[in-house]
Amino acid sequence: MTHTVLSSATKEVVIGFDKPFVMIGERINPTGRKLLAAEMKAGDFSRVEADALAQVAAGAHMLDINAGIPLADEPALLAQAIKLVQSVTDVPLSIDSSIIEALEAGISVYEGKPLVNSVTGEEEVMERVLPFVAKHGAAVVAVSNDDTGISEDPNVRFEVAKRIIQRANDHGIPTCDVVVDPLVMPIGAMATAGQQVFTLVARLRDELGVNTTCGASNVSFGLPNRHNITGSFLSMAIGAGMTSAIMNPLHSEAKTAVMAADVLMGTDANCAAWISEYRDPNAAVGGGRARGGRRRKRE
Amino acid sequence: MPDDVNTETEEDFDDEEIDLSALNDDDLRAQMMDDLYDGLADEIAEGTNLFLSRGWGPDKVLGEVLVEGMRIVGIDFRDGILFVPEVLLSANSMKAGMAILRPLLAETGAEPIGTVVIGTVKGDIHDIGKNLVAMMMEGAGFEVFDLGINTDVDEYLEALEKHKPDILGLSALLTTTMPYMKVVIDTLSERGIRDDYIVLVGGAPLNEEFGEAIGADAYCRDAAIAASMATELITERRKAA
Repeated sequence: MTHTVLSSATKEVVIGFDKPFVMIGERINPTGRKLLAAEMKAGDFSRVEADALAQVAAGAHMLDINAGIPLADEPALLAQAIKLVQSVTDVPLSIDSSIIEALEAGISVYEGKPLVNSVTGEEEVMERVLPFVAKHGAAVVAVSNDDTGISEDPNVRFEVAKRIIQRANDHGIPTCDVVVDPLVMPIGAMATAGQQVFTLVARLRDELGVNTTCGASNVSFGLPNRHNITGSFLSMAIGAGMTSAIMNPLHSEAKTAVMAADVLMGTDANCAAWISEYRDPNAAVGGGRARGGRRRKRE
Repeated sequence: MPDDVNTETEEDFDDEEIDLSALNDDDLRAQMMDDLYDGLADEIAEGTNLFLSRGWGPDKVLGEVLVEGMRIVGIDFRDGILFVPEVLLSANSMKAGMAILRPLLAETGAEPIGTVVIGTVKGDIHDIGKNLVAMMMEGAGFEVFDLGINTDVDEYLEALEKHKPDILGLSALLTTTMPYMKVVIDTLSERGIRDDYIVLVGGAPLNEEFGEAIGADAYCRDAAIAASMATELITERRKAA
């Protein structure tokens, strides 16, 4: 069974088919957040800290950190954001940038084993990113596009993903440390976007046994009541074999869909997480819960 | 490889290791009731053995610790505070204690409160609710003979003959199989043995009215009610006798 183990200095998270789905908080990303971008550029990281804490409180198992601000020193900002977030939470991080120097700056200050987001199938990107991922013993997100662009054919994307995994292996990165991103397109603009992902994820699970992640919120871009679309997408993707996603755990529709999918996939043992989330807190008046004894953890 | 690392929720729990053997009898009893509530089978087995080693009789451990603990589980299940997976874990822990106590209880010849034959009726393979009832009744001090699922009238008759129970429990989860309960009860009447047993019925599609219509002694809405109803009716019957 493939297990991708990520860590901070004190905490481990495991992505795997026999594990609860891993929610990676998406909020710390200035793309489309003008205020956050301006603040980060000016050296004000208070919103980064607040977003980190809020997402972890909402159930995020990991956080994605992106500092992609135009005309800013992204490597320095990303490193600073990572140091700050690691000082206020203990969840492992995904270091997210399309600028390779920023990924390197992020990984060099990171404590633990991060998820480097991302490498593509482009020749130059692979040869620049994979060596330092290997050197730091990190895990890496493999985005299934290459020099020819993003194919609409999931079978072509499968081949791209396979090629990145092989190249990662050549650099000494084990397959369990490659998490494939099948690329999620807005369903409102491309009717096949959902089916492409489900087909690709199922093939990746069945034929390569690799973990997967994606930017889930993308799927509902431009639609009304979009968080319910994101939630249904997540449930269906989990059914097909998706094992993690970069998403917003503060959106209850998305989070509920993930938790329900964990129950239905049998990865929420004894439905414990579901029950503890949805047990009526006001119901605990008469019996055992009210007695306030010394409770112990179920194994 | 660490297990469950991404499912930990630590806020409600005590992390420190609890040494059961260091607790006095009162604290051990309270801790075991919590452990039963939390569904910790190994700890229940350990605590059961501890009490026995301290000279408690098996009937006292059963009555004052396990039955009392399951009574609380039953109340919280009835009130929607505990849910099916949790009650199954609790019942499983109860079983771990019972596995130790049962042979000792047999040795001492301690009488169970009563005897129960229970089964899901013919054509129906649902057994979660029936199993809960069986466990709750066992927890309440009954000796329970579980005939399983898809039980036809001859199997019931055979078991009644063999075990001579006080109580017969019939379970059905389908509107198509619940009429078979009437077949079983009518057969008992035909043979003139209906009044030898207290007949309890239960299952999601049933209600009080249906229980009355088919001639059962009582309809039980859930597992906790089934156990308390069984105790109540058997006490009444013995008083009347």
